[in-house]
Amino acid sequence: MSFISRGFRGKHRDTDFVLEGEIDEPKKWTWDEFRKLPTEQVTKDIHCVTKWTKLDTAWTGVSVDTILEGVDTAAEYVVAFSYGGYTTNLPLEDVTGGKAWVAFEFDGQPLHPEHGGPARLLVPHLYFWKSAKWVRGLRLVNEDQPGFWESNGYNMYGDPWREQRYWGD
Amino acid sequence: MSSRGPRLLEWKLGTVAELVQETPRVASLVLDVPEWHGHLAGQHVDVRLTADDGYQAQRSYSIASAPEDPRLAITVERLDDGEVSPYLVGEVRKGDKVELRGPIGGYFVWRATDDRPLLLIAGGSGIAPLMAMIRHRAAAPSTTPTRLLYSSRSYDDVIYRAELERLASAGDGLSVSHTLTRTQPSGWDGYSRRIDGVMLAEVAWPKEKMPVIYICGPTPMVEAAASLLVDMGYDASSIKTERFGATGG
Repeated sequence: MSFISRGFRGKHRDTDFVLEGEIDEPKKWTWDEFRKLPTEQVTKDIHCVTKWTKLDTAWTGVSVDTILEGVDTAAEYVVAFSYGGYTTNLPLEDVTGGKAWVAFEFDGQPLHPEHGGPARLLVPHLYFWKSAKWVRGLRLVNEDQPGFWESNGYNMYGDPWREQRYWGD
Repeated sequence: MSSRGPRLLEWKLGTVAELVQETPRVASLVLDVPEWHGHLAGQHVDVRLTADDGYQAQRSYSIASAPEDPRLAITVERLDDGEVSPYLVGEVRKGDKVELRGPIGGYFVWRATDDRPLLLIAGGSGIAPLMAMIRHRAAAPSTTPTRLLYSSRSYDDVIYRAELERLASAGDGLSVSHTLTRTQPSGWDGYSRRIDGVMLAEVAWPKEKMPVIYICGPTPMVEAAASLLVDMGYDASSIKTERFGATGG
């Protein structure tokens, strides 16, 4: 949870979402452009690392497949990065083929900042910390790189069904 | 519904109890921070601002208050093209809340139990962590022989001017030398140039006294002062530096 600073807007926000890294040209969207991409409704169970699971959550967002449309890349991993410096790393195959979305609505309402709004990554089949809040872009990379939680002792992959929670599990 | 993980330092919410306009471009924020577990003179804190759409910006600021002070003070220079500093100096009002975490840093710290002669060299708002040391020295109290060489652009840009004058006149071993690099008021009897070898030779404790030295300011000033001192034969391991530059704002 973050405290909202009265009257603070910030200034470095001419690009609201970017796809960069191992591609010829970064793809950039303003928030309005991003919202005009085709959306999907997603109803999934989500799993939090604290052993908490929430069933049948309803989200609206843009599929990562849509974001990657027409992109030719040799990358095998992707780093999601967020406002505030948070990053998380994922194998590309875990966010493609209808497995991940950039979501901006939850239960029909715009996603509240506390819950990662305006947009968060949604990767329901992995632990929720892989679902980066306040996401502002994806970076295609050739090698797996530890993200924020991973550098702080979380497992690199985070599969809830294999109970991969911490290093050494 | 947030996923929480381990955190080394929790963000805390401080309340602005007092705003002190130190110079036309610099203000100190005096904060009440519940559950603040204390700090050492010279450490810094991270300050985080969050817009109502979740956008965040974060910067580090040196703590300017003494560890003995129940309130936490940071001193912020407004950078016109900055993102955080124009908010902290200009927008923030008394009673506002600001997120911060710390204290951070274990290298650029001074404890009043250290009785080696102390040499402090500051450029601009780099005075802040050194002021925490000077205030700590006064509060302890300590009579450690201390010299401050403080470089500012002009007389009006000198931060903590009155307080430094008062502390230096207490006669307990603190002396303060100013240099004004751009403009000087008429009758100015301090230095009027960038810090150089001649100035350091006049102000610094002789190296035979084995002083401990702290330098904080813009990167070029810190590099220049530190390498001059090393060239003059001061032990490099007794010189601690902290610089600020492109990451400000």
